[in-house]
Amino acid sequence: MKRLFVLLFSFLTISAAAEAPVEGGEFKPGDMIMHHIADDYNWHFADGATLYLPVILLDNGSLNVFSSRNFYNDNHELVPYNGYKVDHGHISRVDAAGQPLADQSGLLDFSITKNVASLFLSVALLLIIFFTIAGRYKSNQGKAPTGIQSFFEPIIIFVRDEIAKGNIGPKYERYMPYLLTVFFFIWFNNLLGLMPGGTNLTGNIAVTLVLATITLLITVFSGNKGYWKHIFATPGVPVWLSPIMIPVELIGIITKPFSLMIRLFANITAGHIIVLSLFSLIFIFQHIAVAPISVAFAIFMFFLELLVALLQAYIFTLLSAMYFGGAVEEHDHVGDLGHGDGHH
Amino acid sequence: MELVTPGIGLIFWQTITFLIVLFLLSKFAWKPIMGALRDREASIESALSAAEKAKLEIQGLKAENEKLLAEARLERDKILKEASEAGNNLVETAKQKANEEGARMIAQAREAIENEKRAAFTELKNMAATISLEIAEQILRKELSDPKAQQVLAQQYIQEVTLN
Repeated sequence: MKRLFVLLFSFLTISAAAEAPVEGGEFKPGDMIMHHIADDYNWHFADGATLYLPVILLDNGSLNVFSSRNFYNDNHELVPYNGYKVDHGHISRVDAAGQPLADQSGLLDFSITKNVASLFLSVALLLIIFFTIAGRYKSNQGKAPTGIQSFFEPIIIFVRDEIAKGNIGPKYERYMPYLLTVFFFIWFNNLLGLMPGGTNLTGNIAVTLVLATITLLITVFSGNKGYWKHIFATPGVPVWLSPIMIPVELIGIITKPFSLMIRLFANITAGHIIVLSLFSLIFIFQHIAVAPISVAFAIFMFFLELLVALLQAYIFTLLSAMYFGGAVEEHDHVGDLGHGDGHH
Repeated sequence: MELVTPGIGLIFWQTITFLIVLFLLSKFAWKPIMGALRDREASIESALSAAEKAKLEIQGLKAENEKLLAEARLERDKILKEASEAGNNLVETAKQKANEEGARMIAQAREAIENEKRAAFTELKNMAATISLEIAEQILRKELSDPKAQQVLAQQYIQEVTLN
């Protein structure tokens, strides 16, 4: 495992440096970084190794599917195709001259972008790994775990015992599938994002939005009488305060998953930005002497990011478990529903 | 800002994909894995408690064995004691019987000897009487063959007979 990580970071340093070349004009670190962490219609591994992904457009009910290769000419410059053009990272309707039209309503972009492709890849990895492990449990029944099974078993048990049991209580079992899935999904994608050519999937707000929304829905739908009572008639609070308390509690329902969404997005994106900024220093100073310092800092950041990858997966899962725990808790006392993201 | 604007496409794909993965993993991975973990924990738990039970059982058996052994020892001692007592008794009775028999035989012998002795005495007495008579007859014959001696003797008898 250690050797793998070392291999990964050595690749990353190469690939990130390779992405930074100043193509002709002035080097703009901001643009380079934003381009790197944002989504794209092709998957650029290295110069000359670009995977053009399918574009799927739903334009007022009519489906258009074509390769994103059509948006680029031979010099890798953006060109209009079929009345559409990639403009500031998004597909827009354009006129004959290639200028975006004012009216963009009804255009929905379901393209398999770099992030979606990466999502499929990570999901395939998740399914392969955990189906293999599940198979091991069947073939190895009643025996000590071996190989990949023994690597993941302590993690699964950690999620069960430390995250679920401790925070949800006796009803933890029905939340285990979601907690395990979300934990490994985030962790795997965080790590894949650190790979060379990897994408910033968990640092994309759409992804964290979906995950946080699922947590919110599970929390709300598993809320028991005590949970709703705490929201609409908080024990120990005078009735005349209700006009203030109820909106505050209702907002609280939303802010908890909202914080989940922002935390994961910001942590992962920030990590990518910092590593890329450190490499940009070389090109900003345009001096080879900066390289050792940059690389040293980047290596340090990379190891930090490996930690953050696990930590953020843990925190997302832990806080989700706490919210579920708050929703199913038996409130016999003046409770502490407001616990949760006090730390971090 | 673009960075914090979620795109509809990624939301769509992420939702669909994540839910499918959640379903697939729940059904085909987490369920068997959690079940296997639970089973294994239960089997370890039961194995441990079974071992504990077996330990207690062995202790019980050991105590019982010791008790049995002690009982057997007691029994043996008792049997030995009884046997030696019985042996002693047997010897004692045999001795007594022998003594009695001996005594009886001695008594019988003595009686027999006494009888023989008595018979012998009687015979002796009879014989002595006969012999005495014969002797006396012989003497008398010799003595009275002389008439003078007969006179003397008659005289003597007359003197002896005192008429009062």
